[in-house]
Amino acid sequence: MSYYFAIIGTKDNPLFEYEFGTSKQGGDGQPRFSEHARHFNQFIIHSSIDIVEEVQWTNGQLYLKGIDKVFNNYISCFMTGGNVKFLLLHLPPHTGSSPAAPSSAAAAAQAAASNRSSTSIGANPGSAQTDEAVKNFMTEVYDNYVKAIMSPFYKVNMEIKSPVFRQRVAAAGRKYL
Amino acid sequence: MAHLAPNKPSSGKESAGLRYPTNGKTIYHRPLNRSKTAELSQASFAYLFSEMVSYAQRKVTGIQDLEKRLNNQGHPIGLKLLDLLLIREPPRSQARPLNIITLLHFIKINLWQHLFGRQADRLEKSSDPEAQDEYMIIDNEPLVNAFISVPKEMSQLNCAAFVAGIIEGVCDGAAFPARVTAHTVGTKDEGEMWPGKTVFLVKFQPEVLEREALIGKA
Repeated sequence: MSYYFAIIGTKDNPLFEYEFGTSKQGGDGQPRFSEHARHFNQFIIHSSIDIVEEVQWTNGQLYLKGIDKVFNNYISCFMTGGNVKFLLLHLPPHTGSSPAAPSSAAAAAQAAASNRSSTSIGANPGSAQTDEAVKNFMTEVYDNYVKAIMSPFYKVNMEIKSPVFRQRVAAAGRKYL
Repeated sequence: MAHLAPNKPSSGKESAGLRYPTNGKTIYHRPLNRSKTAELSQASFAYLFSEMVSYAQRKVTGIQDLEKRLNNQGHPIGLKLLDLLLIREPPRSQARPLNIITLLHFIKINLWQHLFGRQADRLEKSSDPEAQDEYMIIDNEPLVNAFISVPKEMSQLNCAAFVAGIIEGVCDGAAFPARVTAHTVGTKDEGEMWPGKTVFLVKFQPEVLEREALIGKA
């Protein structure tokens, strides 16, 4: 399971981005995007802003849940009061990429591994637990985001460069996802 | 793309200097929820505000320009307060304002309560059929004007333009772009109960009303 998180400002400008992997069930927290996909993530995230802009006026909640799916990428959105968007792209681990030879030991081990991970939040992007985990992650990031904008030197739509903020986001990712 | 690397070495501790506080406590270590009783001294606010007004008054071309500058001082505060007040709401009632009325109620109740410790006195919609985009938030005696006496030749001036700027910031932040101005309506007559009565005139941009109509239909 790999995640790509981005904060998008009010003028659709990126303020912050961060890539990470799952830390649940023995995950090492490293993203597993292919080099090709990494560059697409930004496009996918930005293309879903159109949908966000439709959803935001029908739902007054801050957390707008999963809003989009592009191929196997699931996109969840959280909208702050100031119309800044937190977008999280999640890519479930590859399943069924090599379904051949179920008799070999390696395949059995792999099947066991995927079986175990099929109950994890990462493998079920549509499940209620995943939804809840993403919500908790977003809420924690929101908390830190509000602290960031409380700085008198921060102006709207400025890039967030603070290493402390990055650490906090990483910690929230480890904790919930 | 170096900033994308997920495991960037943390540079918070080792490099001391102006950028990193020596005790390691940054703005991220402070809680967002202030205790309810934490109030500021009005005297110190009045002193600060008088300095802000005289700062804005430097090389000013006229009263409108001065009000514009005060408005600009308030604007970023409004933008930030919007998110701060939202996060302080209990999670159940946390919601972004989706229409003009909820937004104005948020300003009248939450914003005023936070800034001045009480609600605004009244909220009105313009009765003029020509000006359906205008709303009025009325404060009988604005706290910011408590110690301000406006000279006669500047009778047009209302320093609550600063508060108008905060309101404008909240509206703009919530994607309801508006122009907000402060007007003194209290008369100087003997019998006037509220001589400092101020109307904050909120004039929304046409696209806000257009969207409002579309959402209403859906």
